Amino acid sequence: MSLRPSKASGPDETSGPDETSGQNGLSGEDIDKNFSDLHDPLSLLQAKAEADRCLYCYDAPCIEACPTSIDIPTFIHQIRTDNMVGSAKTILSQNIMGGTCARACPTEILCEQACVLNVSNEQPVEIGLLQRHAVDHLLAKGGAHPFERGPDTGKRIAVVGAGPAGLSCAHRLAVYGHSVTVFEAKAKPGGLNEYGLAAYKMVDDFAQKEVEFLLGIGGIEVKYNQSLGGTVALDTLRADFDAVYLGIGLGATNALGLAGEDMDGVMDAVDFIEEIRQADDKSTVNAGRNVIVIGAGNTAIDAAVQAKRLSAETVTLVYRRGEAQMSATDFEVNLARTNGVDVRLFASPVKIQGEGHVTGMTFERNAIEGGKLVGTGTTFALPADKVFKAIGQKIAPDMLKDFVLDGHKIKVNDRFETSLDGVFAGGDCIKSGEDLTVQAVEDGKRAAQAIHKQLNTGGEA
Amino acid sequence: MADLRCTIAGVESINPFWLASAPPTDKYINVVRAFEAGWGGVVWKTLGEDPPVINVSSRYGVHKNGNQAILGINNIELITDRPLETNLAEIRQIRKEWPDRVIIGSMMAVIEEDVWKSLAVKIADAGVQGIELNLGCPHGMCERGMGSAIGQVPEMVEKVTRWVKDVVDIPVFTKLTPNITNILWSAEAAQAGGADAVSLINTVNSIVSVDLDAMAPNPVVDGKGTHGGYCGSAVKPIALNMVAEIARNPETRTLKMSAIGGIETWRDAAEFLALGAEGLQVCTAAMLYGFRIVDDMIAGLSDWMDEKGYASIEDFRGMATPNVVDWNALNMNFDTKAFINPDKCIECGRCHIACEDTSHQAIEFAVAEDGKRSFTVIDEDCVGCNLCELICPVPDCIEMRPVDNGKPYLTWPEHPMNPMKTAD
Ligand SMILES: Cc1cc2nc3c(=O)[nH]c(=O)nc-3n(C[C@H](O)[C@H](O)[C@H](O)COP(=O)(O)OP(=O)(O)OC[C@H]3O[C@@H](n4cnc5c(N)ncnc54)[C@H](O)[C@@H]3O)c2cc1C
Ligand SMILES: Cc1cc2nc3c(=O)[nH]c(=O)nc-3n(C[C@H](O)[C@H](O)[C@H](O)COP(=O)(O)O)c2cc1C
Ligand code: SF4
Repeated sequence: MSLRPSKASGPDETSGPDETSGQNGLSGEDIDKNFSDLHDPLSLLQAKAEADRCLYCYDAPCIEACPTSIDIPTFIHQIRTDNMVGSAKTILSQNIMGGTCARACPTEILCEQACVLNVSNEQPVEIGLLQRHAVDHLLAKGGAHPFERGPDTGKRIAVVGAGPAGLSCAHRLAVYGHSVTVFEAKAKPGGLNEYGLAAYKMVDDFAQKEVEFLLGIGGIEVKYNQSLGGTVALDTLRADFDAVYLGIGLGATNALGLAGEDMDGVMDAVDFIEEIRQADDKSTVNAGRNVIVIGAGNTAIDAAVQAKRLSAETVTLVYRRGEAQMSATDFEVNLARTNGVDVRLFASPVKIQGEGHVTGMTFERNAIEGGKLVGTGTTFALPADKVFKAIGQKIAPDMLKDFVLDGHKIKVNDRFETSLDGVFAGGDCIKSGEDLTVQAVEDGKRAAQAIHKQLNTGGEA
Repeated sequence: MADLRCTIAGVESINPFWLASAPPTDKYINVVRAFEAGWGGVVWKTLGEDPPVINVSSRYGVHKNGNQAILGINNIELITDRPLETNLAEIRQIRKEWPDRVIIGSMMAVIEEDVWKSLAVKIADAGVQGIELNLGCPHGMCERGMGSAIGQVPEMVEKVTRWVKDVVDIPVFTKLTPNITNILWSAEAAQAGGADAVSLINTVNSIVSVDLDAMAPNPVVDGKGTHGGYCGSAVKPIALNMVAEIARNPETRTLKMSAIGGIETWRDAAEFLALGAEGLQVCTAAMLYGFRIVDDMIAGLSDWMDEKGYASIEDFRGMATPNVVDWNALNMNFDTKAFINPDKCIECGRCHIACEDTSHQAIEFAVAEDGKRSFTVIDEDCVGCNLCELICPVPDCIEMRPVDNGKPYLTWPEHPMNPMKTAD
């Protein structure tokens, strides 16, 4: 059984852009179709049948492939035995954002890639969809939070950033009985779960539902519109709290370094995606007619696919190297292609055209010579009324000045402690694994363990 | 194509597949549909004295595996709940319409000679080719002194069989209950009473599950439940053993058998025939999938026979019986070792954990530098239990390889380590 390519196919394009009805001309029905779940959730019958494909491996490779080490054979076995709540608890005990991860994880390079069924050329077990089934069951059921808070320790911890790294840490600290105050720069929690993940991965306001569930543990206070370096000073936090944890993600983006980058129509892909995610009515989002996306990661793919689904006529994704070097997974690149995105490889941007508003871009073709990427001197031009830049994010520079760095990220030791005493960090702002939601959740969990150990022993863990 | 015609206790049948006495053989419409589907015969739903019994509502429970497949049904139904004459009229009608098919009349009564005799005569007069005595129903009827209440007492089995044999001149099948300590006692009793054949097994006494909301056994009848009769593929192993016991017992080895219990496929059928059964009866499989399953039972059995070169059922019937022996007759010098084919292994680790936790710590688990997991049998420690081979999810990945140790056939009674060994 392959449930995978369910709705990876192209957008519904029955109606083209129409200036009279909103910005992109899509009807409410088109929007619903184009931004419904990328992979339909499993029915109970499908979940049971899929669960039965799991071989219940011993020391299963999928567990190791999951950055949060969810006990996958056990949670699937629990689906089989009708213990759906127990299954969800197995997942959430390792990964409190198992609901988002089930939707957003590139399982094709994580757990599902490690499934032993691949060895015999069978479809791997649909671990992500099963995980979603179990967690969604628990969330839909409601009732008491599945984990209990430990007795109050009297310790207070400041967490900066309410993204997956911050909230995962906050939750685990609350489980230990510590009191947590989260400082979040934005007006809503969730970090990129709320602002960054593609809309068709996070339908029905799931990010907010999950945060509400997570905070159900108690002992966590979230303060919004409070930004470190702005309204909140690191020194104050260090003085007022027993420990500080930073889960601030990557607040800034890389620039192309070309003249005209400030022209109208040239923007960061993450801002475009945020606009889509935050729009009450997606038909008001102007994705443009001829779109260029520059980059090769999942931000680039998500921007390109969503632009197409917002009825852009042409979307061209341009990357300077070959497909093998793209950080997006094969599944994602195929998703772009089946959605009608033109993927152009071995081309670097050299010029932005336009006056006030962008009208197009010029690219130079690249080649590999002696193992090195070099420009060939030949160029081509593409018309564009929108250019989305997705060539990487970085930590907002003013955040970095207090810390010893590891490359462009905050350096931490194996206890997630930064160069500042009592200040810990995790998620995209440190170098752990890949910049993925699941890795941020794991960092937060492990940092909480380290903080707990340190506070309990009154010093070095 | 192989010839599936056979003779069961003297009754000729176009194939060995009969429907057992149960809801599938309850009335005219079912039986006609069964014959249209290709079944060789039916044993009519058990008939009793009028007035007919009354059944309760909520009658079946099931035992499922993880994939929702039904392994066994449990039922609390009684015998036919229609008047005797209604049933007999329908039997007479079908007898005329389907001359090449077999109808056996099943019956039960309280332990009174004239009741058994008069009922048997009425049924025989309707034109059935044989009579089956239901001495096995383990629920409801036994509380009224019938069914297994009779079948569990060998003297009564013999007596009832003789009563019926006395008054009819068609073959009599005595149907045995498995809810006893030794099937041979009932089989021998049936034989002593003159039975032409035994039919076995009837259902196994069971509670199939407990409804944890109602806090009562399934099927729940208004808040209460009762033990029922278990059947379906889950009981096949029990039935196979009982058939084999009768087949290899010197006193009963000539007794004809109509085998029942968990027959779902042609392979199940072939196994019972290989253990000496002359005919087969099916209930649960038909209830779960409909009468059409007989198609593959017929096709599968004859294809397999063609492949093996068996022209008729008699060519292989009973061939496995001589190989069913007492444990004491097994060769203690036989040695077999598991071999895991690394090319087929998908690295699930199931064999390792099974052997490590519950058997003989004979499968080594190693992880290479590149992450490849390997599982290797340690020959010295493998006792040849088959567990790993049986649980391995990959077909033909683990093989049990007999070791050629050059040692002679040696039984436990002859074994030097046997403290009870008689001096040779
Ligand atoms: C467009 C896009 C698509 C993605 N798609 C996927 C995907 O499909 N699957 C996947 O696994 N990963 C995906 N990722 C990566 C994933 O979203 C991140 O790895 C993950 O969100 C990192 O979590 P975090 O908590 O470290 O950071 P963030 O999610 O960025 O959260 C940081 C939080 O801190 C707050 N913050 C920042 N600075 C301050 C400050 N100074 N003071 C107070 N608060 C502050 C922010 O407002 C935010 O709420 C995607 C990323 C992007 C950009
Ligand atoms: C390989 C094997 C060996 C067994 N040996 C014994 C035994 O020595 N003594 C005993 O009382 N039961 C023995 N049993 C029966 C079990 O204790 C148990 O009653 C039976 O397996 C039914 O339980 P289960 O199917 O729920 O596991 C054995 C079962 C198996 C599978
Ligand atoms: S046959 Fe039994 S003892 Fe031998 S390796 Fe397999 S499980 Fe272990």
